[in-house]
Amino acid sequence: MADQPGEPFGVYIHIPFCASKCGYCAFATWTDRHHLTGAYLGALHADIRQAIQHGMPVASSIFVGGGTPSMLDGTELGAVISAIPVTADAEVTVECNPDNVSVELLRRYVDVGVNRVSVGVQSMATHVLGMLGRQHDQRNVEIAVDAIRSVGLPTFNLDVIYGAAGESVADWEHTVRSIVALDPPHVSAYALTVEAGTPLAEQPDRHPDDDDQADKYELVDDLLSAAGLENYEISNWSRPGHECRHNILYWRQQNYRGFGCAAHSHSDGRRWWNVRTPDRYIDLVASAQSTEAAGETLDEPTRRFEQMELLLRMRDGVPLDALAGDEMPGLVERVGDRWVLTRSGRLMANEISTRLH
Amino acid sequence: MELSRIRNFSIIAHIDHGKSTLSDRILEITGAVDARDMKAQYLDTMDLERERGITIKAQNVRVDWRDHVLHLIDTPGHVDFGYEVSRSLAACEGVVLVVDAAQGIEAQTLANCYLALEHDLEIVACLNKIDLPAADPDRYAMEIENVLGIPAEDILKISAKTGEGIPELLDAIIDRIPAPRGNADAPLQALIFDSQFDQYRGVVSSIRVVNGRMSAGARLRFMQTGADHDVLEIGSRRPAPTPLTELGPGEVGYLIAGIKGVGDARSGETITTTSHGSTEALPGYMDPKPMVFSGLFPIDGDDFEDLRDALGKLKLNDASISYMPESSGALGFGFRCGFLGLLHMEIVKERLEREFDLALIATAPSVEYRVIATDGTVTVVSNPADLPVVQKIDVIEEPIFKVSIITPKEYTGALMDLCQSRRGEMKRMEYLSPERVELNYEVPLAEVVVDFFDQLKSRSQGYASLDYELAGYQRANLVKVDILLNGITADAFSTIVHRENAEYYGRRICEKLKELIPRQMFDVPIQAAIGGKVISRETVKARRKDVLAKCYGGDISRKRKLLEKQKEGKKKMKSIGRVEVPGDVFINALKLDD
Repeated sequence: MADQPGEPFGVYIHIPFCASKCGYCAFATWTDRHHLTGAYLGALHADIRQAIQHGMPVASSIFVGGGTPSMLDGTELGAVISAIPVTADAEVTVECNPDNVSVELLRRYVDVGVNRVSVGVQSMATHVLGMLGRQHDQRNVEIAVDAIRSVGLPTFNLDVIYGAAGESVADWEHTVRSIVALDPPHVSAYALTVEAGTPLAEQPDRHPDDDDQADKYELVDDLLSAAGLENYEISNWSRPGHECRHNILYWRQQNYRGFGCAAHSHSDGRRWWNVRTPDRYIDLVASAQSTEAAGETLDEPTRRFEQMELLLRMRDGVPLDALAGDEMPGLVERVGDRWVLTRSGRLMANEISTRLH
Repeated sequence: MELSRIRNFSIIAHIDHGKSTLSDRILEITGAVDARDMKAQYLDTMDLERERGITIKAQNVRVDWRDHVLHLIDTPGHVDFGYEVSRSLAACEGVVLVVDAAQGIEAQTLANCYLALEHDLEIVACLNKIDLPAADPDRYAMEIENVLGIPAEDILKISAKTGEGIPELLDAIIDRIPAPRGNADAPLQALIFDSQFDQYRGVVSSIRVVNGRMSAGARLRFMQTGADHDVLEIGSRRPAPTPLTELGPGEVGYLIAGIKGVGDARSGETITTTSHGSTEALPGYMDPKPMVFSGLFPIDGDDFEDLRDALGKLKLNDASISYMPESSGALGFGFRCGFLGLLHMEIVKERLEREFDLALIATAPSVEYRVIATDGTVTVVSNPADLPVVQKIDVIEEPIFKVSIITPKEYTGALMDLCQSRRGEMKRMEYLSPERVELNYEVPLAEVVVDFFDQLKSRSQGYASLDYELAGYQRANLVKVDILLNGITADAFSTIVHRENAEYYGRRICEKLKELIPRQMFDVPIQAAIGGKVISRETVKARRKDVLAKCYGGDISRKRKLLEKQKEGKKKMKSIGRVEVPGDVFINALKLDD
């Protein structure tokens, strides 16, 4: 099933290994299965080869996430990336922990076509990093950014998180000002979210406060806007032209294929996801069985609702007939023939989404 | 059947004192129900009854013991359903009084015993749960002797749980409770003491034949309604319905006569035959009167007709509900409903929501006031929204309850404080035994319906018990407190309160509503006002953040489900102006009050 020419197609590769697990993380990641690395990369290769044989489209973007992809040997990971056919202008991103980033590693990436890295900064305040369960030294962030620039990567992202217990507004302001000083072309700023099943979920006294997070959201938006980074999705800001194409593909409900354990895929209204553990993923690929754990096929109204709530997250908003925007002054504004969330509206996107029709 | 071989009796017990377990054990020991078919609480058939562990509707069952026929007529165990007790007693010659051997007699049980004595019924008293380590049967036998004058040595000691003493109890029922009296050759007189609606068979009435015979195929006249009905089936419950060709004097059984609603076969109705019938009705009893009134509105305005149908169907089964259409500026179209008490109100709302899949909002419960206008006209107002403007009111009178409380003596002070704070007036205080006290108060009904029972329980660590009955009307200084949401008067939320409590009530209700109304997309001011003058104000601050920060490939299905759930949750909210209010906000606002 070949896609129409020009229709974007994304590939996501999940690397489930981490040096340590953060208290808030609900992703499928493990700190004790590094011995599986070789077998896992082998399974990714086999799975990708299989997909290509079954006519997987040429990718216009690749995103390697995790987990901590930068923990792996750059050449080995590079070989997996190289196995995926891409368009000439494809965006290829690898998520990195600042502690792992080195000029040598980034050169391996660049060699296989990686043209964007996303660095998990999270905070520039030591005590906040401790609260988040992160181990890295914030000075490594500056070193990483220098390395990114020295190898000539055309763009990169810095990830930050707000709302950890013990993080004051001043701490957050320090974090934001510190990353702005590094002049990143793209920033993702996430409200810390309590996910069921995480250690954080068991500690109610450390749960973030909505009003505090709203203040911090407004603060980061002010400081990034002043630095020339425009908000283009609820949690994402960039200089013009540096938006993440892979993520935009998700929000436009376009097709993508996920490889690796717990990776999700979408094809024309059918969504499915792989088995959660690397062990099972490796076994299933080895025995040439489907790695799918479960899936769903969206009916037309559901697909339309999903399309609208995803579009609502972005700066182009939704068509006028999708929302009674007049009833939500201050939360949405009319821009041409679209309803677009205001800053206050972005903070209330869930509530507003429930009113989509 | 020979009258001398029949015994008709009810069990009177406080909630949790073991009535249902005793009924179950009697069914088992007499062989009416096989031990292995025994479902706990066989007689409680409604799901809600089982869940709440209370009996709402009276049931009856026929068992055999020592060549006699025993009719056990079950009675409800909650104070809200007290009226059902008196109708059950009208079908009996005696009662079995069950008292927990670890707790002693409770107020409502005592009230029901007095009722039994008024009906001139024989009381067979027993102390249950003697298997419990905490049981003190001798002490409580003395208490029963002091209070009811039943000699302590005549009180049986049983364990409904283990079956100990149950055969002796059955023997005592035969030996001590008199056989019914009646004339088989006289014209038919039968009493309906309960009616229930069955989806397939229509109304199934529980009846007691007093004189004459009721035969299958007869044409009957219902003396109150004047309507004639053909007997489709008569029989007795053993406990499975078993058809019979005839029910004679003294016999208790069921009647099916193709009747569509319980309102046409009300308790207290006398049945005779169309030809050669009796001209004299049996002494009936008063219809249960609704005490508490509240508006029920569908959260989705389109469900109004469904709510009407649902109330109609529920009424087929529970004649004590009253309802009439009501329209509210704030809530749209709904029904003003009358209930026996707050528990009854909650149960009805819950049944409507569960059995008919409706989402409802209930307004603040109110009692029925008598309003005497300046021109002398008297109107009855059960909806605060209908109260005339202050200038036109001369006097408002409110219903007063006689309240009886039985409590271990250490809680007397706390309970007197409670009654005092509810504008109660002490009438009498009496020691039932050195440890236990009976308090008698007159308290305005409006102060009782809200959370009096909960407060009584919490202030006595669950030991005090309550019974009440209407004692008339009394003039009071009452005002209407209006609630404004987002600047708009929510007419349905107005309440009539005593002038002295108005400020406090206004402040408390605003505080409670602030807790119970979720934060919205904008600030929501909540105000309480009397005659346009604001007496208190709170603000539910606008919600500022409700967003899933991350939404990538793996989050999309999950996020969509989350939003669908959030949308679903809104169906339990009623929009009042632009404010979304949870459907049980008033029930909860009043429950939490302290």
